[in-house]
Amino acid sequence: MDVTNINKLFKEDLSAVNLGLESFAENLRDEGVKAVQVLWKPPAGGNKEIAGLLDKLDTIRTKIDIDAANKKAAEIINNGKPTVIDIYTAGKAIPGMRKNLLLHAGPPVTWDRMSGPTRGAVIGGLVYEGLAKTYEDAEKLAASGEIDFEPCHDHGTVGPMAGIVTYSMPVWILENKTYGNKSYATLNEGLGKVLRYGAYGPDVLEKLKWMETDLAPILKEALDLHGELDMKNIIAQILQMGDEGHNRNRAGTSLFIREMAPYLVQLDEPKEKIVKVLEFLNANDHFFLNLSMPSAKCIIDAAAGIEGSSICTTMARNGTDFGIRMSCTGSQWFTAPAPMVDGLYLPGYSAEDAAPDIGDSTITETVGIGGFAMAAAPAIVKFVGGTPNDALNVTKRMYEITETENKIFQIPALDFRGTPTGIDILKIVEKGILPAVNTGIAHKKPGIGMVGAGLVKPPEKCFNDAFKAFVEKYS
Amino acid sequence: MKRVLVEKDSYYDSVFLMLINREVKEIEGVTDAVVSMGTDVNVTLLKETGLADKEIEGVTPNDLIVAVEGKSDEVVEAAIAKAKELLDQKSSAMDENGGTKIYSLEGALDVVPDANLAIISLPGEFAPREVKKALRSGLHVMLFSDNVSVESEIELKNLAKEKGLLMMGPDCGTAIINGKPLCFANVVRPGDIGVVGASGTGLQEITCTIEKFGAGITQGIGTGGRDLKNAKIGGTMMLMGIEALKNDDATNVIVVVSKPPAEEVAVKVIDALRKTGKPSVVHFIGMEPGKQEGNLYYAGNLEEAAGMAAALSKGETYQKRTYTLDRSEIDAIIERETKKMSSKQKYIRGLYTGGTLADEALIMFDREIGGIYSNNQSKEAFIPPDPNKSVKHTIVDLGDDVYTVGRPHPMIDPSTREDRIRIEAEDEEMAVMLLDIVLGYGSHEDPAGAILDSLRDAKKKAADRGGYLSIVTSITGTEGDFQNIYETKKKLESIGCVVMPSNFQASTLALEIMRKVEK
Repeated sequence: MDVTNINKLFKEDLSAVNLGLESFAENLRDEGVKAVQVLWKPPAGGNKEIAGLLDKLDTIRTKIDIDAANKKAAEIINNGKPTVIDIYTAGKAIPGMRKNLLLHAGPPVTWDRMSGPTRGAVIGGLVYEGLAKTYEDAEKLAASGEIDFEPCHDHGTVGPMAGIVTYSMPVWILENKTYGNKSYATLNEGLGKVLRYGAYGPDVLEKLKWMETDLAPILKEALDLHGELDMKNIIAQILQMGDEGHNRNRAGTSLFIREMAPYLVQLDEPKEKIVKVLEFLNANDHFFLNLSMPSAKCIIDAAAGIEGSSICTTMARNGTDFGIRMSCTGSQWFTAPAPMVDGLYLPGYSAEDAAPDIGDSTITETVGIGGFAMAAAPAIVKFVGGTPNDALNVTKRMYEITETENKIFQIPALDFRGTPTGIDILKIVEKGILPAVNTGIAHKKPGIGMVGAGLVKPPEKCFNDAFKAFVEKYS
Repeated sequence: MKRVLVEKDSYYDSVFLMLINREVKEIEGVTDAVVSMGTDVNVTLLKETGLADKEIEGVTPNDLIVAVEGKSDEVVEAAIAKAKELLDQKSSAMDENGGTKIYSLEGALDVVPDANLAIISLPGEFAPREVKKALRSGLHVMLFSDNVSVESEIELKNLAKEKGLLMMGPDCGTAIINGKPLCFANVVRPGDIGVVGASGTGLQEITCTIEKFGAGITQGIGTGGRDLKNAKIGGTMMLMGIEALKNDDATNVIVVVSKPPAEEVAVKVIDALRKTGKPSVVHFIGMEPGKQEGNLYYAGNLEEAAGMAAALSKGETYQKRTYTLDRSEIDAIIERETKKMSSKQKYIRGLYTGGTLADEALIMFDREIGGIYSNNQSKEAFIPPDPNKSVKHTIVDLGDDVYTVGRPHPMIDPSTREDRIRIEAEDEEMAVMLLDIVLGYGSHEDPAGAILDSLRDAKKKAADRGGYLSIVTSITGTEGDFQNIYETKKKLESIGCVVMPSNFQASTLALEIMRKVEK
C-alpha cells in the first residue's frame, strides 16, 4: 500500500478547497489555514436527468478524446484571422442567396411564429426589395409561402436584432485568412427607427436605399484604396480601449473612421456625399457591431464540425427562440424559447415594452468577446451590477466554462489575460454556469426600435439538449 | 398574510438555509416560514402546507424560495427583508478568496494551485462526482456528506487507494490534520499520538480526553462510519490511515476507534496495527476488550482508549480506574442526586447530540440494566415506535436522520434538543437526564447556554411535582475550543447539573444513580 502522498500531506501546510457549508472554510481560516470557498451549484441547473448523464462521460472518454477535440477547436478559434476584404450586395456575395430568400437572425423560424420586430423587418425588407408594393401586400406575401426564410447562420452570415438580409442589401465580406472561410453581415443602419428593430416606414426604407446607392459604394472605394482590413488586430485594440465588441462599440467605430478617413477624402466623389458618410459613421456608435459580428462568425465557423468537440459554435436568437450549435453536431440547432432580457431601459420605456431576446450578436460572446470580455468595458458596468469589480467577476467566471484563453484578445484589467475562449458545453452543464451574454433590447412592437440594453440568461435547455445529443452520439 | 419570493439562480447550502429559516420563523408575528431551494421535495411540501402555490411553478433546485405567512403585511414584509439580509451575509462573506469568486473545483485549483485538501459537504447525490474530480486532481478529501451509497463509497475509496490519497468519509464529521480541526473537531494540543477513527464524536472524545490526560496528538484521521463495518469497503481508509501513521516519524502511539467492525476487517486492522511496531490502542465500541499482546492494547471505553494512549506516550503505566474523583466524593454525589427523588421517578433519559457518545451510554445501560429504548438500538423491539417519545429507559441520538429531516444537526442547532428536553420535563417518571455537550468547531457557539433554560425548567417541574431531576453531563472539548470550556462547565453547574470529566464517567455515574433509584 503506497501512502506516501498522505505522509507528504502531514509535512505540508494545509490548503483547503471547501465545497458546501461555508463555515467549514471560515473555521479553517480562523486557525490560520488557507481555505477557499467554491460557490457550487447543482449541475445542469438542477435537472436530474441531465446530471445523471454526466456520469456517462467517464465511459465516453475511454472511446473518444474529448479534450483533444476541444483543444483543436480552441486552437482554430485562436488562430482565426478575420479580415474585411470587400463590400458587395448580398445576392452576389452570399452563397445560396436568391431573390425570394430572406435571411433572419437566430435559429429557423416560420412566419407564423416570428416575433414583432422580425415581422416588421420582413415587411420592410420585402418592400425594400420591390417584392411587395405595400406593407399589406408584404404581409400577405410573407404568409403565402412564396418567400423562403432561412437563418443567416446557415449562409455564413450574421445579423443584429431581426437580422433581415435581402438580395439587394450591401454586405461586408470577411475572409478568415488562416482557414479560408468567409462571413457576411449587412452595414449597420444606425440607431432609432431602423429595420433591424422591425421599423419599416418610408424613412427607414429611404435610408436603406441610401446605404445601397451611396454608403456602400463609397466605403467600398475607400476600402479598395485602404486595402484589406485586419479585424483581429482592431478587435485586440478595442478591448484595450473600453469596448467589449457587443454592447459597446465606440472605440471600434472610432478606429474604423480613423482607418478610413484618409482614403474617404481621396475619393472622386462629391464632397457632400463624403461628408454625409462620415457624419453617418460618427453618429452611430454601433457601426462597428456589424464588423465585430462577422469577424466573430468568421473565426468560429472554422471550428464547426469537429468530431468529439463539445465547443459551442453558435448562440443566436430570433425573438421567438434562442438557439445554439455545437461543433461535433455541425448545423444542428438546440433551441428553447427566447428569454426576456434583464436590463436597463431608455427614458420612457420599461420591461413591459421589451421583446424577448433577439439577434445574432451573441456570436461575439461565442468567440469570447462581448459579455465574456465585460472586464474590458468599465464604461458599461451598470449592466452587470454597477461596479468594475462586478465586470471583472463576469469575465473571470467565464474562464470556468471555456477551453482556453485568447492569445491576441486581452484584457488590461486582468493583467492582459486573454479573453475566455472556446465555450465548452460540457463545462456549462457540469458546473451549472451559463454564458454571460450582453444584448440590446428591442421594443416588442415593430418599428419602435431599441428600448434598452442589458444581460440575458441563455436558456439552460439549449445546453442541456446539446449535452444530451453529445452523450447519445458517443454512447 | 402570505408572501412568496423566488430568487432565480441563487443556490445556497441547505444547512445555511435551515438556520435562516429558524431565525425567520422566530420573528414575532410570523406564523410559518420556509426558506429553501426549489427542489421537488420542497416544492411538494410548500404546496401541501399551502404556504405557496402558483408562485413556485417551474422553479428549479437552483432557485431560492422564501415563503412567509404572518399576522400582518408589515410582519411578512419585515420577515422577508430579514431573510434577505441574512442571505446577503453569505454574499459578502463570499468575497473572501481575495475578491475572486470561484465556481468550481477546477476554478479553485486555478486560484490556489497548492491546494492539497478538499472538504466536501454537498448533498449526497452530487458529492461523489466532486470527490472524483478532487482525487483525480491529487487532493485529499474529507467527505462530510451523507446519503452516499456503499457502491459509491467503494468506488471512491478504491480511487483514493490507487492515488494514495485520503478519502475520509462519507459521513465523516471529524478529522484533525496537521493539528488543524476539520468540520466538527476540537483544537487539541500537539503531541505524538495519531488517531484513526470510524466515528466522529468518538474521535472528538478521544482526542479531547488525550489532552486532559496531558498528552497530545499528531493526526486525527476520520474514515466514515461504514469503513470497517461493511466488509466490502473492508476498512480501506482505516488501513491506509494506520499505514500512514506507521510511516509518520512524529507519531509514536496509534489509537484506533470504531463501532464493531466486520470480523474479517477486524482481523486485518489488528494485523496492520501489529505490523506498525508502534504501541497501539484499539477500542471497538461495545466489544469486550481483548488481552494486551505485544504492541497491542485494548481499551474498554473511549476514555480508557485516551488514557492508555496518553500513558504510552508518556512512558507511564496506565492505571485502570472508573472515576477521576474519589469514591467517597462519588458516593456523596449519588446520595445528593437521589435523596429528593420521588417514588414515581424510575427511568433514565439520555438525550445525545453525538452518535458515538450515545452509543457508549446505550451499550453500557443495555448491558447493565437492559431493555433500553433507542433509535440506535440493534434490537428492533427496543426502537421507540415514535422517535419523539421516550419509552421507559430511553437513550436517543438526536443527530440521527430521523430527527434531522429539515433541521440542522443538534450540535449546530441546539433547539432540536431543547424541544426534546421540554417534552421530557413533563414526564414524572424521568429520574436521570444524561447529556453530552460537544464543543469545538462546527458546534454551536454556546451549546450549554442554549439549553440551560430548558434544563432549569425541567428541574423546577420535577421539584414542583415533589421530586428531583438529576442531570448528569460531560463536556467533549478542550481549553483551545472557542466556546470556553470553563464557562460551559460553570453554566451547567450553576443550575445543579453534575458535570463529569468524560462521557464514560457520566454514563457510569448515571448508571449508579439509576441502580440506587431502582432499589
